[in-house]
Amino acid sequence: MALQHFDQKSFDAALAEGKLMMVDFWANWCMPCRMLGPVIEQLAQDYEGKAVIGKVDVDEQGELAMRYGVMSIPTVIFFKDGKEIHREVGALPKEVFVNVLNMNL
Amino acid sequence: MRYDIVILGSGPAGLSAAVAARGRNKSVLVVGNRWQDSPLARAECVDNYLGLPSMTGAELMERFTRHAEESGANLVTGKVISLMAWEGFHLTVGNELYEGSSLILAPGVVRQAKYPGEVEYLGRGVSYCATCDGMLYRGRPVVVAGRSKEAPRDAAYLKELGCQVVYVAAQRPEYLDPAIPFVQANRLEVEGEQTVTGLRADGALLPCSGIFILREAVAPTDLLPGLETENGAIRVDRRMATSIPGVFAAGDCTGEPLQVSKAVGEGLTAALSAAEYLDQLPKKDTAE
Repeated sequence: MALQHFDQKSFDAALAEGKLMMVDFWANWCMPCRMLGPVIEQLAQDYEGKAVIGKVDVDEQGELAMRYGVMSIPTVIFFKDGKEIHREVGALPKEVFVNVLNMNL
Repeated sequence: MRYDIVILGSGPAGLSAAVAARGRNKSVLVVGNRWQDSPLARAECVDNYLGLPSMTGAELMERFTRHAEESGANLVTGKVISLMAWEGFHLTVGNELYEGSSLILAPGVVRQAKYPGEVEYLGRGVSYCATCDGMLYRGRPVVVAGRSKEAPRDAAYLKELGCQVVYVAAQRPEYLDPAIPFVQANRLEVEGEQTVTGLRADGALLPCSGIFILREAVAPTDLLPGLETENGAIRVDRRMATSIPGVFAAGDCTGEPLQVSKAVGEGLTAALSAAEYLDQLPKKDTAE
């Protein structure tokens, strides 16, 4: 499964499966988010079958952003067993995300 | 388009690097302040720049800038708010995205200590980017800690979005929207629990859910995690290479002496090293 674009329903369904999940909270107006976009897409390919990687548009899915207290974008939140295990704020280098993913595979 | 070399900083080091890089036929983008806003432009007399004694700082800056422009470098006025190293370098300047294959840091000295609580609450109420995060605070009270000339404009933007904005600074800026309440304060402290709950300004608490700290420049070490420093200066070798491959540095940011001729010399070296770095990259990574 390639990169997922979550709404509340698909997000909750994915979360309920309990797999390792990495979710990029972003918005179109946010330039650093757009900068990070291609990195997230590549990670979705690299981790195909190993982790669920998706994006949440905070403009359309304000409820999800609110639920996780996203106050600055891009924010990337990692989940496992349905729970938040880690988050990173900002357009950080790819390795930062790779390290967190690998540690939790 | 992707530039061969992106230079952060439009002072003597950055402009010298631009001219040298153009001399090696590299495409060059310089991102920085207007030359009139350079600290050097405020110097009444520069008497130790070889061959050009008794110049004002403004005269030097104007000449340097014209030289760089005429060399064919592209100069863009603005602040880099975000930078990412991934298949080259990607940067956000205002609402524009740029790309480069190598990077020269020449931002000068950014003399701005962080406020207590700032790092702790970054991303949990503290933000450096009004255009990125403003929407997330619609209808809520925010404080703008204005430390740059652009900050009043960002404050007006936040107000337009529907944030309840209070502006805090050491002095009231000339162009601040009169409808935005102004608080004069020097000592700022971020307060919060899980997230930001307020800003303490000279002891008085301003309750808010967001604090936009808007400085003249984002420090290179914040833009590039992993950039090594030594006694507050960016660590470089004799080629002006930093600890990150493809990233070079020049001028005041690498340490003393804080002099024009030193900055110009380092800018040249950094550009030549960047050109060398580009020439040994596999072809697909360089600009078309």
